[in-house]
Amino acid sequence: MAFLPVILWSDVLIWLLFATAAIFGWLSVRNPLWRTAWQRVGRSRAGMASATVLVVFVGVGLLDSIHYRPRLEEAAASAASGTSRQPPAYAVEVLSVLDAILTPLRTRNEKTYSEPLATRAYAKESIESRGADGQLQQSRDYPRLKHGGAHLGTDETQRDADIGQRLLRALALATLLWWALAAATAAGLARAESCTHEEAWRRIWHNESDFAWNAVLATIGVLLLVVLPLAALSFNYHVFGTDKVGQDVFYQVLKSVRTALVIGLVTTLVTLPLAIFLGVLAGYFRGWVDDLIQYLYTTLSSIPGVLLIAAAVLMMQVLIDNHPQWFATAAERADLRLLALCFILGVTSWTGLCRLLRGETLKLRELEYIQAAQAFGVADLRIIGRHILPNLMHIVIIALVMDFSSLVLAEAVLSYVGIGVDPTMISFGTMINNARMELAREPMVWWSLAAAFVFMFTLVLAANLLADAVRDAFDPRIAGSA
Amino acid sequence: MLAYLVRRLLYALPILIGVNVITFALFFVVNTPDDMARMQLGVKRVTPEAIDKWKAQRGYDKPLFINDAASGSAVFTDTIFFSKSARMFAGDFGRAEDGRDIAREITSRMGPSLAIALPTFVLGLLVTVSFALMLTFFRASYLDFWGVVLCVAMMSISGLFYIIGGQFLISKLWKLVPISGYGSGLDAWKFVILPVLIGVISGIGSSTRWYRTIFLEEISRDYVRTARAKGLSELVVLFRHVLRNAMIPILTGVVVVIPLLFMGSLLTESFFGIPGLGSYTIDAINAQDFAVVRAMVFIGSVLYIVGLILTDLSYTFVDPRIRFN
Amino acid sequence: MRFPRLALLSLLLMLTACASEQNDPYPKAERGKNILYSAFTDRPKHLDPVQSYSEDEITFTAQIYEPPLQYHYLKRPYTLIPATSESVPVPRYYDAEGRELPADAPAAEIARSVYDIRIRPGIRYQPHPAFATDGKGQPVYGDLDAGKLHGIDAIADFAVTGSRELVADDYIYQIKRLAHPRLHSPIFSMMGERIIGLRELGSTLREADRELPPGAWLDLDRFSLAGVSRLDRYTYRIELRGKYPQFPYWLAMPFFAPVPREVDRFYSMPGMAEKNLTLDWYPVGTGPFMLTRNDPNSRMVLERNPNFHGETYPCVGEPGDAAAGLLDDCGKALPFIDKAVFSREKEAIPYWNKFLQGYYDASGISSDSFDQAVRLGVGGDVRLTDEMREKGIRLLTSVRPSVFYMGFNMLDPVVGGLSEQATKLRQALSIAIDQEEFISIFMNGRGIAATSPLPPGIFGYLEGEAGSNPVVYDWVDGRPRRKSIEEAKKLLAEAGWPNGRNARTGEPLVLNLDTTSGGMGEKSRLDWLTRQFAKLDIQLVVRSTDFNRFQEKIRKGAVQLYYLGWNADYPDPENFLFLLDGTDGKVAVGGENASNYVNPEYDRLFERMKNMESDGPRGAERLAIIREAIALLQHDAPWIFGFHPKSYTLGHSWLHNRKSTDVGNNILKYQRIDVAGRERLRQQWNEPVLWPLLAAVLLLVAVILPAAVGYRRRERGTAR
Repeated sequence: MAFLPVILWSDVLIWLLFATAAIFGWLSVRNPLWRTAWQRVGRSRAGMASATVLVVFVGVGLLDSIHYRPRLEEAAASAASGTSRQPPAYAVEVLSVLDAILTPLRTRNEKTYSEPLATRAYAKESIESRGADGQLQQSRDYPRLKHGGAHLGTDETQRDADIGQRLLRALALATLLWWALAAATAAGLARAESCTHEEAWRRIWHNESDFAWNAVLATIGVLLLVVLPLAALSFNYHVFGTDKVGQDVFYQVLKSVRTALVIGLVTTLVTLPLAIFLGVLAGYFRGWVDDLIQYLYTTLSSIPGVLLIAAAVLMMQVLIDNHPQWFATAAERADLRLLALCFILGVTSWTGLCRLLRGETLKLRELEYIQAAQAFGVADLRIIGRHILPNLMHIVIIALVMDFSSLVLAEAVLSYVGIGVDPTMISFGTMINNARMELAREPMVWWSLAAAFVFMFTLVLAANLLADAVRDAFDPRIAGSA
Repeated sequence: MLAYLVRRLLYALPILIGVNVITFALFFVVNTPDDMARMQLGVKRVTPEAIDKWKAQRGYDKPLFINDAASGSAVFTDTIFFSKSARMFAGDFGRAEDGRDIAREITSRMGPSLAIALPTFVLGLLVTVSFALMLTFFRASYLDFWGVVLCVAMMSISGLFYIIGGQFLISKLWKLVPISGYGSGLDAWKFVILPVLIGVISGIGSSTRWYRTIFLEEISRDYVRTARAKGLSELVVLFRHVLRNAMIPILTGVVVVIPLLFMGSLLTESFFGIPGLGSYTIDAINAQDFAVVRAMVFIGSVLYIVGLILTDLSYTFVDPRIRFN
Repeated sequence: MRFPRLALLSLLLMLTACASEQNDPYPKAERGKNILYSAFTDRPKHLDPVQSYSEDEITFTAQIYEPPLQYHYLKRPYTLIPATSESVPVPRYYDAEGRELPADAPAAEIARSVYDIRIRPGIRYQPHPAFATDGKGQPVYGDLDAGKLHGIDAIADFAVTGSRELVADDYIYQIKRLAHPRLHSPIFSMMGERIIGLRELGSTLREADRELPPGAWLDLDRFSLAGVSRLDRYTYRIELRGKYPQFPYWLAMPFFAPVPREVDRFYSMPGMAEKNLTLDWYPVGTGPFMLTRNDPNSRMVLERNPNFHGETYPCVGEPGDAAAGLLDDCGKALPFIDKAVFSREKEAIPYWNKFLQGYYDASGISSDSFDQAVRLGVGGDVRLTDEMREKGIRLLTSVRPSVFYMGFNMLDPVVGGLSEQATKLRQALSIAIDQEEFISIFMNGRGIAATSPLPPGIFGYLEGEAGSNPVVYDWVDGRPRRKSIEEAKKLLAEAGWPNGRNARTGEPLVLNLDTTSGGMGEKSRLDWLTRQFAKLDIQLVVRSTDFNRFQEKIRKGAVQLYYLGWNADYPDPENFLFLLDGTDGKVAVGGENASNYVNPEYDRLFERMKNMESDGPRGAERLAIIREAIALLQHDAPWIFGFHPKSYTLGHSWLHNRKSTDVGNNILKYQRIDVAGRERLRQQWNEPVLWPLLAAVLLLVAVILPAAVGYRRRERGTAR
């Protein structure tokens, strides 16, 4: 085999979440109440536009969640000497499918800083060359980049023209693709609603369909206009420049996406079971169970969050450091630390949701039909499963989408303080941490920070907008009035 | 009322014990007393004897929770946990690992923390509530729409960017205030402006949106419609009825926070070099100073509980119908 | 229109308030005073001379305490000169029978070295309440307790102060304090080996302390120390076991500064420690400055000691010093400044900006602000940028007496051992890791690649080809050139790992590097390292841990490669070469040899070298031995020699007499400030930019105006 698949724990959890989401979606379709709620989400233009953006981010994250170790090339010397077959050896470096796609971005490292789209380095250097007379000559200039615009050869004046050409081509392609997509959508809609194409087209753009197609199409259009030019340029230039050790910043922001997604999503895997189980238990059984659970969450939430996280992260770090034999690669170590961070964030953030669910359950169990069920001697578990849980789901969904963005933001702050993800893992937090010193440089190095800002802002903004749409659709108070 | 207070305070006791056990357990899984000794004694020329001496002197040579060697109640009392935690309930925080009195340090650092946190809080509340009221007044108009969009955009920006950007623009480029530091007494004002400004701005997004939701909920109620029907102007309705009735949900969120203002803000203080409790905490975490971390956690929990009690009390002032039983 | 007028008024007020230097971080009252402004990053933990050892602390302690010796401010190589003593003591040697030996006697015969130190009479301590006496000569504050201390929170709150003359007993008292059972002196165990009777005093004191109630004062004068004695009021004698030529260097450190008995007694009265009134917090000394404000969270203030015994600025220095204006103040009385204010600056950006704005008089340059300040010229010479030179900023450089290295654990089965194969593997790696590139990327060239453990300026360091490392470099065109990666690959193949694969099993070579985590640019640094190893097709696994865990792993020998650095205590080659002394192995005896390198030949050379003096007749012999030892190290390659960091300091034009020194720390007394010049430039550099304020007001109006208009329209609408 040319590679050895590596299954990181976070990969498993991410794909598990993906599967859960799929199952949940299928269940939602069958449940009329949820279906109408989701349809409300589907009608929200802001919600659907941001969902489209999020799909792209999730796609990048999922591609980055299939890992493998490439096989090392056979040692040439031993192959020639004809020794017996060697067992295949694999690199210690763990790559993902995204890494494989982005190989040019990942491997084309410069020496140090270079501006976006530059062909020369950002700082002057002494360059040595041998003159015609064989004497060493030194001069001071901006050295040519090894990879940025390398295809131009010595003819650097062609850069602007080359970039313009690539941009034009990418834009043309984007427009073409978009028209094709829009036409296909219209055709699909026409068949589904059995009307003419013109009618479907009109419905899409006059907001008359049951789904915010116009928002989705417009977003896709914008995305195409951004992504295709980026793609067209990124393989020959450093679109967002390079960082201190010459790594492509564009590559780094793309890698950060997965970290943010894992933090924002996997954490809920810890939060939800704890909060739902304990919250329902406390609200339904009351008495000493309630007291105990209340005690537990009051105690936990009264500890200042950062201190709790700091202590717990340090503890995990010690555990990891003391057991190096658990990890075959550095990626696995970093992955465990990431999961530990998710776990700890989950432990510190379940209390709020738990309190909400407890209150809601207290209210629900007083309802007549549940009282009646109890009087008929229906088992408690059955009542919880049949009547209480489904009625809590809207709170859970709202909490889930609302938490996502705050978790992504929290990661950046924690990594800045030094208790976030592993320092070898690319994340928005580590990027900001590394880049913030660069603002003080003169001339200022702004692109790392700017790239991290733009990507993080887009991700969080999309998440926030989707959260709003979901809340509006699921919250019975708001949804009822709308 | 008094009986209620006493009962609440008694409830707090087991919570504080629980907090102590958790921090203690977490910290000593991370750090053996040996680690702490090595951290405090520095890097160069540290001998095992010096470490033992350090531990013995500070009482870290005892067992953690249970002392098998002792007899009677000493099994539990002659341990690190008991000797280090029990005294905290009497308000005695002991000394930091570098020998300095923690209680003293905390009192001297409270001032700077409050000087930043209090104006940020008050100004932030004023700005966001009035902004939210404005949005409510213009509800369902373009002003409202763009206001909300602005809020969502502002809350999607990481707090780090506000600080980095603010420092860069206001201090570095425009040279309006010192970039960091702190002065005592009246000199403090110019150091306070920038952190407070950044603190207020970074909080606008989420708080405004939250208050706006509360106001909107309130404004759709029947009594508001009645008031309007009586011919009261929109402003009067907003301020006299909506704002007052929205107080309860606002208080729930706000009063809990007030005592915690003493703890300062970790990020702001470390970025702006303010010698407050937030930077004290960060330093203690980095230096693995257990005594300080434990004291800060303890104080944080006490303040949180005080906040909860205050919240309950404040309800009675806002809404006399709520009684304690 | 009441509203806009109000806004206009407040705007005007703001504008007048913002005349200039709105960003001055210091109180207005301090403007125009003879004060030096500086910064510190990490708070000093200990100011007690027995305990303080770190660089953050010595910045302060060196100005306050005066040990018997000091380093000459200008001369290089570093030279010891008297501080409070009358001369630099010359040891006398005795053999086991007590017969005096000549100075050049072989080290093996010497059983005892005796140092007689005579201090100058008439030196007085800074004013301090511990010295305050009433009419009868009794201390004013002799019996304080918690009650009497009510209302007193700092040393300045004591009404009466006093002073007294420095005597030999104060020095003796401090040496005894090294063995104090309640203090942790980092050098106690090391000095216990040297100073006769110190170890025994330690155990005696421990016993005595056990009998005292906790917290009670332990009067050290009740106990005698065999190896330290008082000869007369101004003279004391220290006796050492064997020969220890490096001892005078220790006499220039605050560990050997005087601490009067009454001060120790004063601080151990009940209730003092609870108020942070300790020697650790309020040091007492005879030096040119005294600590008047100790707020390590924000500000430390040193003020001129009115009782300072007086000293004059040196008149001789290095060749270039006269041209640099460093001799202009020759013979003038020290210190020049009245006060020094140290502000705490944790973040690099504010530090650098405040320096550029003129609010710090001198500053180090962090790697990120380097481009802004310094240009590396053709041929590697360093020049300031035009922008800096316009501001009149001056650059000071020096190579620090430290070395950073990547060590191999010599006990490791793969990279360790002195077998030829392992040695070749280490040599190959030494070539592959391009230190020059590291220095240029991560340190902006602020360092020089190391070829041995010895940094420049230390006896035994050689320039040019003789000092190069022939294992790693070729000497071409009159300068070193790193050997090509092909040669490293060849070595690797000879070591049994062709192309990074085991020649027999075909397994890839995977190496583990342990580092401590934290710090800036960590990730990029590790990425860079991985790439260096990849050049040889070696897979590098980096395991970063926290510092304690790292130390523990090294102690257990559970590492393969590790990253460490060493800062010298004193400028002698012994202080570097002992890091590879085979008898001082980390795993074996918990010593300082973290690589556990044992080469009997090297140990023999080290043993001979360490007891020799660098100057004098046997200097040449010592040099030869050192070169031989270094050649062994270069061949065995137990370390990949990293670099010696250079310190670059920038000083503003108004700061005079600044010379970088990395060993002597009592530099504050030599600094002079042109206060008027500073005022002028600060004002010029700190014109605030006001249009953003205007813009902000306009923006506010732009937001409020539509709202107001909308409100009116709506009101009218409802009225209709």
